[in-house]
Amino acid sequence: MKKSVFVGAFAASAFAAGFAQAQTLETVQERGEVNCGVSTGLAGFSAPDANGVWQGFDVAVCRAIAAAVLDDPMAVNFVPTTGQTRFSALASGEVDILSRNTTWTFSRDVDLRLTFVGTNYYDGQGFMVNRELGVSSATELDGATVCIQTGTTTELNLADYFRVNGMAYEPVPIETNAEAQQQYLAGSCDVYTTDVSGLAATRASFENPGDHVILPEVISKEPLGPAVRHGDDTWADIVQWTLFALIAAEELGITSANIDSLKEGTDNPEINRILGTEGDLGAMFGLDSDWAARAIAAGGNYGEIFSATIGDQTPIGLARGLNAQWTQGGLLYAPPFR
Amino acid sequence: MSTTSDQTTISTPPKPAFRLSMLLYDQRYRSITIQVFFLFMLMLGAAWLIDNTVNNLRALGKDFSFAFLNNPAGYDINQRPIEYNSQMTHGRAALVGFLNTIILAVLACILATVLGVIAGVLRLSNNWIVGRLMTVYVEVFRNIPTLLWIIIFGAIMTEAMPAPSAFRGDTPAASMLFNDSVAITNRGVYVPSIEFARDLGTLTIGPVSPDISWLLVFAIIAVGIVANKKLIDHATAVQNATGVRPKTWWKSILILLGPIVVYFIALGAHLEYPELRGFNFAGGTHMRNSLIAMWLGLGIYTGAFVAENVRSGILAISRGQSEAAFALGLQPGKTMRLIILPQALRVIIPPLISQYLNITKNTSLGLAVGYMDLRSTLGGITINQTGRELEGMLLMMLIYLAISLTISGAMNVYNSRVKLKER
Repeated sequence: MKKSVFVGAFAASAFAAGFAQAQTLETVQERGEVNCGVSTGLAGFSAPDANGVWQGFDVAVCRAIAAAVLDDPMAVNFVPTTGQTRFSALASGEVDILSRNTTWTFSRDVDLRLTFVGTNYYDGQGFMVNRELGVSSATELDGATVCIQTGTTTELNLADYFRVNGMAYEPVPIETNAEAQQQYLAGSCDVYTTDVSGLAATRASFENPGDHVILPEVISKEPLGPAVRHGDDTWADIVQWTLFALIAAEELGITSANIDSLKEGTDNPEINRILGTEGDLGAMFGLDSDWAARAIAAGGNYGEIFSATIGDQTPIGLARGLNAQWTQGGLLYAPPFR
Repeated sequence: MSTTSDQTTISTPPKPAFRLSMLLYDQRYRSITIQVFFLFMLMLGAAWLIDNTVNNLRALGKDFSFAFLNNPAGYDINQRPIEYNSQMTHGRAALVGFLNTIILAVLACILATVLGVIAGVLRLSNNWIVGRLMTVYVEVFRNIPTLLWIIIFGAIMTEAMPAPSAFRGDTPAASMLFNDSVAITNRGVYVPSIEFARDLGTLTIGPVSPDISWLLVFAIIAVGIVANKKLIDHATAVQNATGVRPKTWWKSILILLGPIVVYFIALGAHLEYPELRGFNFAGGTHMRNSLIAMWLGLGIYTGAFVAENVRSGILAISRGQSEAAFALGLQPGKTMRLIILPQALRVIIPPLISQYLNITKNTSLGLAVGYMDLRSTLGGITINQTGRELEGMLLMMLIYLAISLTISGAMNVYNSRVKLKER
């Protein structure tokens, strides 16, 4: 009896400790590390490389924030989360940022008490099938067996899409992307559905990527972005404006290559304000004036990160599409730094 | 009179006044003090836990409500024992998951019992090879975690079996078994199902609407079993009175099978065979990979434990019992069936209850192979889509507790019937 009280009290105090973090910035600075929730492994977005160092598009966001806050892009503790565990990990304080292909939806924002700070990848849900099946459109998938990751918006979109189109399907629920890949390749499902970017990333890791086609239908809007806990606006602002700094840097032509020369002063006041040579924007949320410069120097601007991790030149081979700057016909649009 | 009262006064020592320190130093009170103290601490701990939860929920801005059970679930479930679609409620989805849990638990309990009894008896066999084989089965299966067995069976089904497309074409790479009636694919096993040409419709009881035709099948079987028991009791009574046991086997077969055959013919029962149609086989009954992996994994794993229970039960019966039976001229089979097993049951049943409970609780591993049980529906997708972790988990714990207590209660009733009757 005594032991159970002790264990209970211990568990409860651990539970309570998770919530006692209204001031995430101070906690992170004290800890000297940003805890970043990522996927359990999705090539190009977040996956450890051969040396065990996490790399990818979502990882770069966390590295930029660590650079801005702690002056060290490597001061990130990556916590792999599944579709099912990610929100609990964030709500309980296990991670400070969730940077894991998470779709921004009303109920997650409002009911699950997350704060989505922006969108770093505009995506949509698609279907991948084996070329041998001879399927050219998602409308021909009546009766197919579909592999689907549980606990995702794709699961709900899938149900809606097949119902609206009057088609039947057999869902095979799966925990992680790696498991889905194995089931799909073994042929125990005809179709794998997830965000198109995820399909491209998964396909890139196949032995024969050419044997698989991604069908033209995109059945949903999936704005993916980093999320933080609701209720700590300072921390949300830091994450949000670090992301905007990366996007604005591309628009203004600040790259990791020329950032040092630009820091000596330019004629463009907005570049000067971002790089901290004019005004003191960083002090407004408790950082020094160099914060954005460090964030950009960590992995380059948005465009550099994109092309290094998931762009045309990589095996993932994603085109910029909607994720081009607003000046290039895309949706990326950072508010003014002033 | 006076003497008695005198004796009482002498034998009773003067009652000492109660002092507070006696609570600690007097043996008569100490144990009560300790119990009260710990009860108080326990309640304090519980109160603190609840208070903490309430405060933290408030700090997170979350309320405590089960209203989410009435909202549309939005997700699909592959194995549906009752009607369900994505527009139905989370509560309905949880009910589907609950029924899937029960289906799996029943199937696995039956498999574990059958395997366990066979392996337990054979492990005591005088045949060296048979005995050692059973030892290998028991030791291999019970010493590797059940989750691994489930995943292994799942992987065998997915990786080693042919895809449905392999059954297609003029010279298919794979073919169906048993005269084109059973298809084993990497998406599960398709077997023929029994369909009625003249259906009796459905009955609506609360949230479920079972098929009347099938309810009647179970009713007829139940009546048959009761009638058969009457027949056997009568035979035993005759044997006790006259010493001659009347032949009952053909009557038993008639009582058990006759009505059901007549019923099936009356309703025009026929088999529906699975057929390759589109992407998959259609028709027949589809046992998914996830169900088969869970069923074999749990059944064979737990069967090893049941085998040990059975063996210990048999070994608990003194050797004199079988010697006496042999002396009376009973054959080994009859000795086992009439003398040993009935006595062994009272040793076997109590640990068997634990094994049934283990199977039921281990069904919650279903998520590992995507089996849509209670844990995967209510405790997985519903919690994830609604963010109601606390409510979902509490509800799930309550349901598992209720299932386990029911099994335990039913098995205790059975146990009290087979246990040693002392007269």
